[in-house]
Amino acid sequence: MSQAHSDAGAGHGSYGSYAIGFILSVILTAIPFAMVMSGQFSQSVNLIGMLVMGVVQIVVHLVCFLHMNTSSEGRWNLVAFLFTVLIIVMLVGLAIWIMVNADMLMMPWMFQ
Amino acid sequence: MSSTVMHSNHAVAHDDHEHHDTGGNTVFGFWLYLMTDCILFASVFATYAVLVNHTAGGPSGKDIFELPYVLGETALLLVSSCTYGFAMIAAHRGFKGPTLAWLAATFVLGAGFIGMELNEFHHLIAEGFGPDKSAFLSSFFTLVGMHGLHVTAGLVWMIVMMLQVCRRGLTDRNNTRLMCLSLFWHFLDIVWICVFTIVYLMGTI
Repeated sequence: MSQAHSDAGAGHGSYGSYAIGFILSVILTAIPFAMVMSGQFSQSVNLIGMLVMGVVQIVVHLVCFLHMNTSSEGRWNLVAFLFTVLIIVMLVGLAIWIMVNADMLMMPWMFQ
Repeated sequence: MSSTVMHSNHAVAHDDHEHHDTGGNTVFGFWLYLMTDCILFASVFATYAVLVNHTAGGPSGKDIFELPYVLGETALLLVSSCTYGFAMIAAHRGFKGPTLAWLAATFVLGAGFIGMELNEFHHLIAEGFGPDKSAFLSSFFTLVGMHGLHVTAGLVWMIVMMLQVCRRGLTDRNNTRLMCLSLFWHFLDIVWICVFTIVYLMGTI
């Protein structure tokens, strides 16, 4: 009984979920690495490829390793995480937007 | 009368439930800490993104990053995430020996990661590409160094947990602590995915 209760606050996994997470992570790391090392793709293809695989790998880790889900026990973990994602997108996006604009206005020669 | 008894029974059961649920609240509180840590890392990532082209005549990422070496670091951290997962499974089943063995394996892999990172930093500084060379290198050392410090803190925590499990066994309280460390360790692996993608992969193309 106490075992079942001590799991509250975050889920726990099985060998299966860790194995799936591990295999997917290996694939999602190997593909962008091979793309960059081969040097056969254009910069924009490389960039999009690595960003997509990075995001997918983060989701794989969240689901397989951190066991995030939409169950009622895990609901607040998910809400807190989504709020954090919103803050991060604003923080990083706005910081880059502002600073790149400041650079363009003050150091226009760097962008020619 | 019977309703009163029922009620008081319920109250006792509820208290009991509350008592066991403390572990859950602790883990959720730790999760909230991790979310604030995410924002801290995001700030440093934003700083890095702003400063990445400010090389001040020094090297850019393309000149100094060795992707195959960094892939080795990534592999160590990824495998250590799995071994920690196995330690948690063993802990949930109440197997003390396997829990300690998997924790030790995780510690060795994490220490290997830190060793490789220190070696990389040492080489960069020895070649004159230290954090004082340019804004790009300052932000690089800050970002990767901050992740390394987190991993080091995780390693210290892991030693403490191994000692506690050795002495007191897999009590409810120790299981809660192991759960928090598990979240911390997997979270650091997620941050490393971002470092690997944004710093090393994007820096090399």
